[in-house]
Amino acid sequence: MAHIPDGVLSLPVVAGGWAVAAGMVGVSLRRLTEAAIPGTAVLSAAFFTVSLIAVPVGPSSVHLLLSGLMGLMIGPLTAPAVMIGLALQTLLFGFGGLTTLGINTVNIALPGILIGLVLGPMVRRAGPARAGLLAGVGAGLAVLATGGAVAAALALSSSDYIPSAKVLLVTYLPLMIGEGVITGFAIAFLKRVKPDALMGAAVS
Amino acid sequence: MGLVEAQEQMSVAALPVPGPIERLAPRARLLATLILVIAVTLLHGVPAAAAACACGALLAVLSGQGLAPLARRLVHVEGFMALLLLMLPFTMAGTPLITLGPVAASVEGLLRATTIALKVNAAMLVVFALLGTMEPVRIGHAARRLGAPLRLVQLFLFTTRHVEIFRNEIRRLREAMRARGFVPRSTPHGWRAYGNLAGMVLVRSLERASRVEEAMRCRAFDGRLPAIGLDEEGHGTAACPCLALAAGASLILLDRLT
Repeated sequence: MAHIPDGVLSLPVVAGGWAVAAGMVGVSLRRLTEAAIPGTAVLSAAFFTVSLIAVPVGPSSVHLLLSGLMGLMIGPLTAPAVMIGLALQTLLFGFGGLTTLGINTVNIALPGILIGLVLGPMVRRAGPARAGLLAGVGAGLAVLATGGAVAAALALSSSDYIPSAKVLLVTYLPLMIGEGVITGFAIAFLKRVKPDALMGAAVS
Repeated sequence: MGLVEAQEQMSVAALPVPGPIERLAPRARLLATLILVIAVTLLHGVPAAAAACACGALLAVLSGQGLAPLARRLVHVEGFMALLLLMLPFTMAGTPLITLGPVAASVEGLLRATTIALKVNAAMLVVFALLGTMEPVRIGHAARRLGAPLRLVQLFLFTTRHVEIFRNEIRRLREAMRARGFVPRSTPHGWRAYGNLAGMVLVRSLERASRVEEAMRCRAFDGRLPAIGLDEEGHGTAACPCLALAAGASLILLDRLT
């Protein structure tokens, strides 16, 4: 539901989204050493394919965004990884859009990067159970922020969207739960099996 | 007719016939798609949006892809839009059309919802028609030709190359889970299993990442691939974007006049 399709948003919002996304992607790619490009791509592909798994939540199922998990594992590189994942979603399955690729990248990647910056040091120091709990809460909050950003993008495009945007936020609840719980368990698993996965060493 | 001739005819008939869109150069297709989708974004009224949707449907037919993949995409798009479109008529002020108890559907709201639905579908049809048959790798090269940043294109190409590997990896892991009697349910146990699955895929991807990096270093990879953004043959490098520009401009003109 975080993938806004083409044709819904107004041009200023679309252009603004592209400007911010280009800044985020540009800065993080400039800091990436060229020899680390293949390794980063392997991780981006892994995140993309994991997000295709349908996770059952209550009577329905959700596809995870994994933005919190990405923020904790690859930090600012979340921006290009999300943009590439969204581009593949659009090209392969028709999810999302081309003009909205910028704003969708910002809506999903920015909360994840912020969670990584704020919670990263604590998660790195904590034991598996505590790290999982922290990461789970963080990932849930990242989804909430994404929902808020999608609603804001709709509201900024046209004031007619405001009532629908408010209802849209409620539909993020199942995703928030699924994302938080799965991210929590995944981080706890990584802490036990490969503790250096969260050190940021994988891609630096 | 000799046997060989008959066989030749059969094999020719079995090959998919490349449609007119397939013969165009990839970067022309990508640029034309971008132009048309931006033009669709700029439309405001029902007539122009309907015309755009009709053009998109025509292109989709020309692209010669079956109805099944198109239907799948349409269902995805409609799923996102349902909430927005169902609420708009009831939340926009204007001339009431139908009254359902305390709420009334306004004419303005209904028109607005129709316009958005037409625009979204028009854009979806254009992307499906012009890019649907192009593999992501070709689109990556085309994007580089159109000036996309080299590092981003490189990351994109390496990513697409590994997506299939991880899809197989996940399939194998899930088969193993099923073999142990795992049933997907939203219980704490089920969620822990999914969390472990995600974690396991990431552990393997980290290991694969370091292997790939070492392998690339062995081949003296310094971050540059000379074969990125090479020109692919095809027609209409200039004509196709120009046509798209003309179509987009006439749609916007129609929109402002009606």
